[in-house]
Amino acid sequence: MSGPPGIIRKQTGAEMIKPGSRWKSKVCSAEVVIVRSPAGEAHPQCGGEDMVPLGESFEAAPIKPGFGGGCSVGKRYKSVANGLEVLCTKAGAGTLGAIGEALTVIEAKKLPASD
Amino acid sequence: MRIPLLLELTAEALPDRIAIDSQSGSLTYAALQSAARSVASLLRRHSIDNAAFLGLNSPMFPISLFASAIAGLPFSPLNYRLTDDNLRQLLARLAPAAVIVDDGMTERVVGVPGIIPVRHEDLRRAMQLAPPELDPPPDAPSDTAVLLFTSGTSGAPKAAVLSHQNLTSYVLQTVEFLGAQEDEATLVCVPPYHIAGVSSLITSVYSGRRIVQLESFTAQDWVRTVRDFSVTNAMLVPTMLSRILDEMQRGEIELPSLRSIAYGGGRMPEPVIRSALEKMPHVEFTNAYGLTETSSTIAILGPEDHRLARGGNPKALDRLKSVGRPVSSVAVEVRDAEGRRVAPGVPGEVFVRGDQVSGEYVGMKSTGEDGWFPTKDLGWFDRDGYLFIDGRLDDVIVRGGENISPGEIEDVLRVHPAVEDTAVVGAPDDRWGERIVAFVVRRKSATVSAEEIQSWVRERLRSTKSPQDVLFRTELPYSETGKLLRRLLRNEMTRNDQD
Repeated sequence: MSGPPGIIRKQTGAEMIKPGSRWKSKVCSAEVVIVRSPAGEAHPQCGGEDMVPLGESFEAAPIKPGFGGGCSVGKRYKSVANGLEVLCTKAGAGTLGAIGEALTVIEAKKLPASD
Repeated sequence: MRIPLLLELTAEALPDRIAIDSQSGSLTYAALQSAARSVASLLRRHSIDNAAFLGLNSPMFPISLFASAIAGLPFSPLNYRLTDDNLRQLLARLAPAAVIVDDGMTERVVGVPGIIPVRHEDLRRAMQLAPPELDPPPDAPSDTAVLLFTSGTSGAPKAAVLSHQNLTSYVLQTVEFLGAQEDEATLVCVPPYHIAGVSSLITSVYSGRRIVQLESFTAQDWVRTVRDFSVTNAMLVPTMLSRILDEMQRGEIELPSLRSIAYGGGRMPEPVIRSALEKMPHVEFTNAYGLTETSSTIAILGPEDHRLARGGNPKALDRLKSVGRPVSSVAVEVRDAEGRRVAPGVPGEVFVRGDQVSGEYVGMKSTGEDGWFPTKDLGWFDRDGYLFIDGRLDDVIVRGGENISPGEIEDVLRVHPAVEDTAVVGAPDDRWGERIVAFVVRRKSATVSAEEIQSWVRERLRSTKSPQDVLFRTELPYSETGKLLRRLLRNEMTRNDQD
């Protein structure tokens, strides 16, 4: 699941996928924040491509077939396989994923404002 | 995750939306973010461990809260109602620290060793400089976001530690990012040193809601502010709601912009919420139960339950006495004195566990190895999972070996037509260990005797729960945040015995 040739990944491994870290899609306008780190190695992906840390330069890539389902701002997404949880902070055309699998949206029960 | 991210995300998505609105001016989300960064960089010029805040609600409160978090400093809003001595003792515990202080309060903090007063004019000067875009993040930011001194009933106040993790998980689990409509505005009238003052800020910021601030609460100002700022949402403590209802009735005022009211922070008298449901038919009500140590709300009785009660559904009316059901991100259990989980209907101590639960104080951890926090609240679940809180464990009256909850007796007394307010406490008794004392405030021009009060309770509860003493008062002691100060009443009874 490495990026296109020529892009050097600065770091790999789970220690980099920290809660609060922000990531940008290479295939669309989507951005996410990590809410929960994955158990083990699981890079956040969008449109079938690894996402990049927000602010770092990258080469745009096309959406891989089957990963164009889109993501919506304000929704949280989760990997059932490894526990990775992200918050979508900018919507996009790519499907959010990890280890080649699509993340599933967390259907949050809307609570009334309590404070 | 840390709380500055919550503001950063909203400021990027909705830079021009009004974040803070008050009589003293307004700030957009972009301006709030920029001000917080500038003040963070001011704070980082000092060698300090903490940032304190002494003042009323104003835009300086959210600016200081987020600035401290950006600077990696624990933020401690202090109770300005404390005596100078007590205030300076708390400041000494935070030293070395900067204290951001309201203009009229500066003299109260000067001369405490290790305390640097930061005036509003200092903040304004820092905010005039361009925000330091490239300030590197602090080397070792504190995990502690907020330190809140609890009003200890005995001994020195404890400083409850709320971590960035506690607060952000509370926000993420209970609020939808940018979930507020553009015309929504919430009115914050609890003081900055109350957990709801802190939690309402960060949840509103994350949802992109306009936050209207009331410097300090009076019913008249509250009603006027709701009208002037087209407020849609508000959080209140029970005593405030009762005063607002009186004010609305007195002035024949309607509040058409208001859509929802959340209440919590103390026991809601049933007649007050019933009257509110009737007098504000267009408003949704939510009862939120939580503690400082749990980063605010852990259980909710929602609008649907209140709607059913408004319609006269008997089960729903009964449940108005409950705090609803636990939110999905926490686990709540009721346990007996041996620590065993009890069946529905059986009272015991309420325990809670979850990411938002701190249960930690400076220098002391109160949660067990397994993360369960003992709330010291006495409560029970009904068969449908609704949680009823009977009061503090420390307030339970033990009379002749029987445990009696003052809340149960107070609930019965409050529905007596002549009773305006009441408090039931235990007083030392040579024969029974404790005896039950009911303090009663009579409604204006109503008459009721001690004997009538006693038989009212006897007929509705057991005879052992009828108060031995009934004392009439013109008012009862409450803290500014609406907590009944039972210990003052108890102390009074103890003193009388010694006289």
